Amino acid sequence: MGTIFRSEWMSLCQVFLQTDSAYACVAELGELGLAQFRDLNGDANNYQRKFVNEIRRCDEMERKLRFIEEEVVKDSLEVDDANMYIKAPQPKEMTELEANLEKVEEELISINANTKVLQKNFTQLMEMRAVIESVKVLLDSGSRMHAAQSISEAARGEAGPIQVGITPNFDQYDKENRESTELKFVTGVIQRSKGATFERFLWRMCRGKVFVRMMDISIPNVTGLADVPTEKAVFILFFSGEALRSRVKRICQGFHAEIYNCPDNVVERASLLVQINTQVEDMQSVLNKTLEHRRRVVLASGMNVKLWSFKVLKIKSIFHTLNMFSIDVTQKCLIAECWMPTADMSMVMDALRRGTEMSGSTVMPVLNEMETHETPPTYFKLNKFTLGFQNIVDAYGIANYREVNPAPWTIISFPFLFACMFGDAGHGIVMFLTALLFLIFEKKIIAAKIKDEIFNTFFGGRYVIILMGAFSIYTGTLYNDFYSKSVNIFGSKWTNPINYTDLAVWEVRGATQDQDLDFTFSPNPAFDHDSGPYPWGVDPVWNLAKNKLNFLNPMKMKMSICIGISQMFFGVMLSLLNHVYNRSWLDVIFVFIPQMLFLCCIFVYLCIQVIIKWLFFYVDGKFIFGNWYPGSNCAPSLLIGLISMFMMKSRDDGFVKGNVPNYDDETQQFDQCYLQLWYPGQAMAEQILLAVAVLSIPVMLLVKPIYQLMQHKRGVPISGGHGHGEDDTGEFNFGDVMVYQAIHTIEFALGCVSHTASYLRLWALSLAHAQLSEVLWDMLFHMGLTFSTGYLGAVMIFIFFSIFAVLSVSILILMEGLSAFLHALRLHWVEFQSKFYGGTGIAFEPFSFIKLIRLAEGLDQ
Amino acid sequence: MGVIVPLVSVSAFWALIGFGGPWLVPKGVNRGIIQTMIVLTAVCCWMFWILVYLHQLNPLIGPQISVKTIRWMAEKWGNAPGVDTHYSTTSSP
Repeated sequence: MGTIFRSEWMSLCQVFLQTDSAYACVAELGELGLAQFRDLNGDANNYQRKFVNEIRRCDEMERKLRFIEEEVVKDSLEVDDANMYIKAPQPKEMTELEANLEKVEEELISINANTKVLQKNFTQLMEMRAVIESVKVLLDSGSRMHAAQSISEAARGEAGPIQVGITPNFDQYDKENRESTELKFVTGVIQRSKGATFERFLWRMCRGKVFVRMMDISIPNVTGLADVPTEKAVFILFFSGEALRSRVKRICQGFHAEIYNCPDNVVERASLLVQINTQVEDMQSVLNKTLEHRRRVVLASGMNVKLWSFKVLKIKSIFHTLNMFSIDVTQKCLIAECWMPTADMSMVMDALRRGTEMSGSTVMPVLNEMETHETPPTYFKLNKFTLGFQNIVDAYGIANYREVNPAPWTIISFPFLFACMFGDAGHGIVMFLTALLFLIFEKKIIAAKIKDEIFNTFFGGRYVIILMGAFSIYTGTLYNDFYSKSVNIFGSKWTNPINYTDLAVWEVRGATQDQDLDFTFSPNPAFDHDSGPYPWGVDPVWNLAKNKLNFLNPMKMKMSICIGISQMFFGVMLSLLNHVYNRSWLDVIFVFIPQMLFLCCIFVYLCIQVIIKWLFFYVDGKFIFGNWYPGSNCAPSLLIGLISMFMMKSRDDGFVKGNVPNYDDETQQFDQCYLQLWYPGQAMAEQILLAVAVLSIPVMLLVKPIYQLMQHKRGVPISGGHGHGEDDTGEFNFGDVMVYQAIHTIEFALGCVSHTASYLRLWALSLAHAQLSEVLWDMLFHMGLTFSTGYLGAVMIFIFFSIFAVLSVSILILMEGLSAFLHALRLHWVEFQSKFYGGTGIAFEPFSFIKLIRLAEGLDQ
Repeated sequence: MGVIVPLVSVSAFWALIGFGGPWLVPKGVNRGIIQTMIVLTAVCCWMFWILVYLHQLNPLIGPQISVKTIRWMAEKWGNAPGVDTHYSTTSSP
């Protein structure tokens, strides 16, 4: 058989590794990705394991790497991508890496500290300069006089804090002039946000004897460090008397305002300004050099950060795995237990040998298989094509070990069922081309490492989508549906049966009544019966017909039922494969055969009836199976027939009383002639089929449990095969077995009926799709084409087409596509897989570096 | 063409693919899967085609079409045998 029909044979192996070569061997196994290790130290917590220190060192390295990455991102640089397929580093490389990372981290920390200090000094210098420049302005504008005035007013108990607009009282002028020369001042810088509160506080505390003037300044942030305030204001405080100076100084301290001593003398101020300017320039150049150095360090690290983090990830995972091994008494040997595919044991052996050679050890590791009763994990060898379909199956449940896998059948049946529901060749072409684009640029898209989940969902399913598109084109041509239009390639088999005279009369009548009158063709003579039906798909005449649904609905319904019953039949056959594989003849004879009989006697019988009705019943009267059939009004209703079969209703034989051909006399027909028996021996045949079907249910239900009970009483051990009915101690529990069998039987019997009806969704969704498509045509494209002739028409068709295209893609392709996808999925998971699938297995999760790195990158979940 | 011609030709086509295709698959790891895919495709596609074909073999109803469209059909696709294409002034339906 092929690769994914059943899961791979797995064996549990024990590996004996020498401690010196253990690291290298595990590294090789990680690259190979075929061994799933079991934790032999399960009861030990993290601190009791052997390689705890190494893990701690790895954690430290990861922390340093995170810090470095943050610094790189802060400078808005990109972290370079690295090749994830690098070899795992050797243990001696680990110490090198550690030292390297330590050095880089230290450098970055010291650079950051220096930058902070430099920024502080720079700020101070800038503020000093701003103070000097502002003071010049403030002093020159006669603030001193205003200050003196305000303070003397306050001393006299008049006026408010700052009233700049009042005209000076010239009587007092000379007196105040004298006082102004005695005023002291203090200058400084405070944050703008605190300015107003500062003023108010000063006014209150000093009882108005301090005059405040402020000027907004802005200090540039040259280093790009965070938390550097730039919105500041220079203030100058005038007051008289030294006593107030200390109070003012304390208030400034409280508001975190820096006091800068500004000389009163103009000359002194000028020289100080020159000094400060030179200092600022020096500071600028030092600052620039520091920032450049930081940039160089960060750039160099940025190139290597990803590579280092992959290396650390690999080292850490190797040590985690080594922690799972048990150490033997002599402390020289590590023992590992792992699951691996039996077919790949030689590859694992080679990997171990390579690891031993690399570490320079001479003792070869020993690999031997262990006997076990545990259920091995399920492993499928997949390629990029089968991966998508296996994921669809796995989403429902992982296959049991060595049971039949639905995936290889799903590869074709899933797109096919999708296409039955999607059935439009035009939309199918769009879907096919989109997936083709994905496939053509596959390598580029994978290299781009896109992390968006929705895109990855569509891209990951590109092979599924391309098959869905291809089958949709096929079913679209058969439904004769291209964006709701039909094509006429072979020539329609329906022609006009009406005389031209009658046609003319109807036309006139229609014109006078202002209606469009219809005429319903009768297949005889309109249908070219001898020439046969339209050879490929639905005849194009039905696209013109107003009663098109009356024809298409029965077709799609019968088709859905036939396809559904085929799939269920196939599912039951797959269960036979499982029974044979397990060598359980009990299951074959007393579960499989009753199931088959139940399915066939009722539903395959229905399908056969459908086909026979298609073949034999036409509109012309003739003898069918010995009964005179007058015409299409007596064509047997199969659905009611099935119900009558179950209710064992007594019906008349044939369609016409006396079974004599009479072309005109309708009274001779039986009442409801379409509900009567229509082939000889039908009553007897249906009774037998019903009996067989009904009897197969108790057989399904009772034989197997009772047989197992009898075997158990005789002392024969029950193999089980699926572990049901056996509790942990392996004891046979009749109650459990009985309940399981009852559930299984009811599920199958009821399931057959309900699932058959469930397949009608194939009809329902294709009807919905066709109708939506028709609406878009009628309401948009058709309107655009018939809007008007000439230039206006050209513009309108452009507009209408764009709306049509957007709605087609979003509603019909995306929404309907998702909907059909979902229903096809449900049909597979429930209707198909319930006939044979267990789906309670465990997935094989090997130790693989590629998987770990992809997880860390966020590419896989 | 009769009923038989499309029936035989299409069935033969899918039978060729379904029975002959598996022999053409080159040996390799994926031989089984590809053979399964070919056979399943042939079966599904043939079954879909034959179900549509059989449904139209003996239609029990005919299309209901507006008189205007019937005129167009008569011009383009011709008339059924036995249709009187002359206009007689005396008859009335």
